[in-house]
Amino acid sequence: MMEQYLSVLVTFCLAAGLVGTMVGAGRLLGPRSDNPVKGESFECGNPSSGSAWGRFSVKFYMTAILFIVFDIEVVFLYPWAVIFRRLGWFGLSEMAVFIFILGLGLLYVWRKGALEWD
Amino acid sequence: MGLEILIAAVKALTVILMVLSLAGVLGWVERKGSALIQDRIGANRASIFGFAGAGLVNTMMADPLKFLTKEDVIPTGVDKLLHTLAPCVNLFPVIVAFAAVPFGDTVEIAGRTIQLQAVQLNVGVLFVLAMASLGVYGVVLGGWASNNRFSLLGGIRGSAQMISYELGMGLSVVVVVMTFGTLDLQEIVRAQGHMIGGILPGWGVFYQPVAFVLFFIAGIAETKRVPFDLPEGESELVSGYFTEYSGIKYLMFFMTDFAEIAVISALVSTFFFGGWQVPFLGDDGFHFGSTSMALPKLIVVLLQLASFMVKVLFFCWFQIMVRWTMPRLRYDQLMRFGWKGMLPVSLLNLVVTAVVIVAFQEWRV
Repeated sequence: MMEQYLSVLVTFCLAAGLVGTMVGAGRLLGPRSDNPVKGESFECGNPSSGSAWGRFSVKFYMTAILFIVFDIEVVFLYPWAVIFRRLGWFGLSEMAVFIFILGLGLLYVWRKGALEWD
Repeated sequence: MGLEILIAAVKALTVILMVLSLAGVLGWVERKGSALIQDRIGANRASIFGFAGAGLVNTMMADPLKFLTKEDVIPTGVDKLLHTLAPCVNLFPVIVAFAAVPFGDTVEIAGRTIQLQAVQLNVGVLFVLAMASLGVYGVVLGGWASNNRFSLLGGIRGSAQMISYELGMGLSVVVVVMTFGTLDLQEIVRAQGHMIGGILPGWGVFYQPVAFVLFFIAGIAETKRVPFDLPEGESELVSGYFTEYSGIKYLMFFMTDFAEIAVISALVSTFFFGGWQVPFLGDDGFHFGSTSMALPKLIVVLLQLASFMVKVLFFCWFQIMVRWTMPRLRYDQLMRFGWKGMLPVSLLNLVVTAVVIVAFQEWRV
């Protein structure tokens, strides 16, 4: 059991080493010269319109919330999907209720217009 | 214990080199392929002693070297730590996800049975999905840390798009898990080794064609390429979330792009096209009905490796072809397609699959 996760650990270390080396090599090999104009944020040559750390459309926030709701429901489906043959009609009817409620939720946000983007 | 670590390290290193060289080759295929599609010549300038290798020298050697020796500009206003972290967080999960994909059956070396899979997990499907969803952090961090409006827009667009299409992707994978009854990627590939009616290979695509289409579309959306390239959208957002990057960090975002293509292709082959399976090829050779042709074990393993690579390269080429053929979607079309198209269809596919499998318990793989 633990050997499986040993290979995960080894792969993680190697991959992290690789990305670290790449960033480090870029630091070492690249030239360096600072000047104030170069340090400005790139907006196609126009004078910068200021910091970007402000407010943005609430639509993206809505999408994120809906994603969390539906993604957690998908996660619940995985354990069932592995053994649902053994659970048979009982497991299927339990899951049908779950998916039905999920479908009602989707219908609700659909009708409420949360999925519209204009 | 030491030997175990050594074997794991060798396998992990092999896979990492595999995904990096695939990314490099795909860079070449993309430049030359797009030239082919658009009737141009494409990259052909860089050469070593007059040898340009049809642009290979250009894309595989000159480009990385040039990126490596360019200045890594960090603008004054950025969050310096997150700005450096973003390309790493972007590239890391893609490499690790590829390591979980089996690229062959087992081989016996010096009495040890070695699985041709760098990360062998009995929950491989969950591992791959987890790593795929980590990719969104690189996009968000890159966009936010740059403190640039183009980057920020690209970053939030990218995150909203990736999480929307992750639902369709997750649901189509649930259907695959239901069909094969396991979360182990190697077991999923083994289950596709039989023949349907003696003529058709028992690949997932013949059991779950709808899930295949959904998964592939969601996969292309996850790689953020045309027709889903709104996070980058060069005609409106310069370069999207990696506008403020240069030098090696820019190359890392680019490599992630190509490595993601390779990962999606590998997953499509594993789930729906039998991974390393070759039709009619068993452990000891080919079997066509009553006639059979014996082959040594080594040849069988090499054929399986070749089969996996051919499938992966085919789907890579297919994605590059899509990239250079399709126009870009509008953002509202993209979100509508994800939430009102992919999600209901994949839910329906799930319900139909569940009812059919339970109703015909004997219909099993």
